[in-house]
Amino acid sequence: MKIIVCLKQVPKNDSVLRINEQGTWIQDRDLTYEINESDAYGLEAALQLKEKHGGEVIALSLGPARVQSVIKEALARGADRGIHLEDTAFDNLDAYGIGTAIAAATKAEGFDLLLTGLQSDDYGFAQTGVIAAELLGLPHTTIVMDVELNDAGLRVKRELENGFFQWVNMPAPAVLTIQSGINTLRYATLKGIMAAKKKEIKKLDAATLGIDAASLAPRMEFRRIYLPQKNKQTQFIEGSAGDIAAKLIDKLKNEARVF
Amino acid sequence: MSSVDIDFLRLENELSDEEKLVQQTVRTFVQEKVKPIIAECYEQARFPMDLVKDMADLGLFGANLPEKYGCAGVNNVAYGLITQELEAGDSGIRSFASVQGGLCMYPIYQFGSEEQRLKYLPGMAAGKIIGCFGLTEPNSGSDPGSMRTRAKKVKDGWVINGAKAWITNGTIADIAIVWAKDDEDVVRGFIVEKGTKGFTAPEVHHKLSLRASVTSELVFEDCLIPEENILPGSKGLKSPLMCLTQARYGIAWGAIGAATDCFESAVTYARQRIQFNRPIAGFQLTQEKLVKMFTEITKAQLLCLRLGRMKDAGILEPAHVSMAKMNNVAMALDIARSARSILGGNGITGDYPMMRHMCNLESVFTYEGTNEVHMLILGKHITGLEAFT
Repeated sequence: MKIIVCLKQVPKNDSVLRINEQGTWIQDRDLTYEINESDAYGLEAALQLKEKHGGEVIALSLGPARVQSVIKEALARGADRGIHLEDTAFDNLDAYGIGTAIAAATKAEGFDLLLTGLQSDDYGFAQTGVIAAELLGLPHTTIVMDVELNDAGLRVKRELENGFFQWVNMPAPAVLTIQSGINTLRYATLKGIMAAKKKEIKKLDAATLGIDAASLAPRMEFRRIYLPQKNKQTQFIEGSAGDIAAKLIDKLKNEARVF
Repeated sequence: MSSVDIDFLRLENELSDEEKLVQQTVRTFVQEKVKPIIAECYEQARFPMDLVKDMADLGLFGANLPEKYGCAGVNNVAYGLITQELEAGDSGIRSFASVQGGLCMYPIYQFGSEEQRLKYLPGMAAGKIIGCFGLTEPNSGSDPGSMRTRAKKVKDGWVINGAKAWITNGTIADIAIVWAKDDEDVVRGFIVEKGTKGFTAPEVHHKLSLRASVTSELVFEDCLIPEENILPGSKGLKSPLMCLTQARYGIAWGAIGAATDCFESAVTYARQRIQFNRPIAGFQLTQEKLVKMFTEITKAQLLCLRLGRMKDAGILEPAHVSMAKMNNVAMALDIARSARSILGGNGITGDYPMMRHMCNLESVFTYEGTNEVHMLILGKHITGLEAFT
């Protein structure tokens, strides 16, 4: 089984975040980075499937030179080789643009299973995997908690709300977005870290993948990013006890949205 | 802002991807496996033996030795980062790894025959053979040249008589690297296996420091060692001192880990502790303590990173290691005390790490070369005059 895992490099979750001068995103010059959390669970799921059924795990990441460190981490944990999508045309993409690049690269590579994390810890769109699947014309399932292989393809467990789950049978190849916390992440052993130095990381750019830069133009833009504004407001509700209670319920439900 | 900045100069950006990954692996391991149990181990005076396999599986023992012998073959900066992260857990855990790698695997690699390397090193890297290092004696500490342990050449090998003191891992060790004077008064190294007739290793009890670590005496009474167990390349006091330079290098890094753990706990506590209706972190005297800790940790990090790069470049001298060991352990001890004072009474309990680190560091301050001896090594470097005697 050939599994491609998409790994996004995101700022460490204990980073001190500062908004950039344009007020459009965070300053990135003094950040340190890590693998997006749910992507790391996707990698672990892929490694466990490989251990059980054999095959190959390929770690794929899109971004500038620094994202090679997440590919190397995946190789150190046991992935067989890496693909790095690097091109200035890939700077500042939205989920559609990233999905487009991933779809092109994974189609060229070919796979049985493409895994992404459920969502990224920086933007949190939760769309990249689904968009890539649609562009590839493949079935996809989101918020996946378990993956089993059977003769017909895959049997996957989805998380629903309120503690409910759903088992879905689907054909392969397919795209799954993986939920965090579904398995126990393995450590990158020191021998694994050293062995990773000898594993291949293939670099691909837009031209090689046949992607027209215009097709990557963002369909979405950030106008302004700002810290949550704290303010206190006091409202006095007047009337009879019954009126007050009814208005209070209405405000709690429709304004404060606490239930 | 909830996290505590422990990398003010962004030294992480000076590390290679491999070095970062090594640090991340060991930091996660310590967070998940060491910190949850270590206070209880310390209180019970118990070394957590079950962590040995975990550490071996990660490749932490003799990590900077070649892959040929079952080791990871990382560079010396990565090795330093390993000891730093382990000591953020506890000096006892770091001591175990330092002794296993720097004091036992290193001399077998450096002074041993190829047969000895292949016989012992893979098992030691895998944590299946535990080692200890016997140089210090009851009456021979800073002056190891005055050792009384003798190795007499006989027909079948060597007969060792004498005693060693303050030996980390002694009672749980499968082999001991023992230093003794031969008939010509030359210090030689020997591999003494557990169970050898005449060799015992009673544990030292009632310690108030390094309680999560095994400390022992080694006693040799007409202990016959086969000829193949002498380390052929060991000749003179320089050999064990080379081992100590390895271990001291790791200690210089390790002290940063202990200091950082105390600092992080102190900052977190000071932000949460309310007195006079405000967090004590907002008081100037608390901030002064925290700033001093932060500055000293940052300086120590710089010192160690440079030390590691020099070691990898092959230009490191023992005096460089002396400065780092002397400075960083004293720094960590001061920080543990200062951090403890921020927590007041809470700081003396096992719920927080300061008191444990402080008691551990009292030992680290004088083992592997006392603070005073390192001071005199540097004094000699500066003046050219020896002030030991």
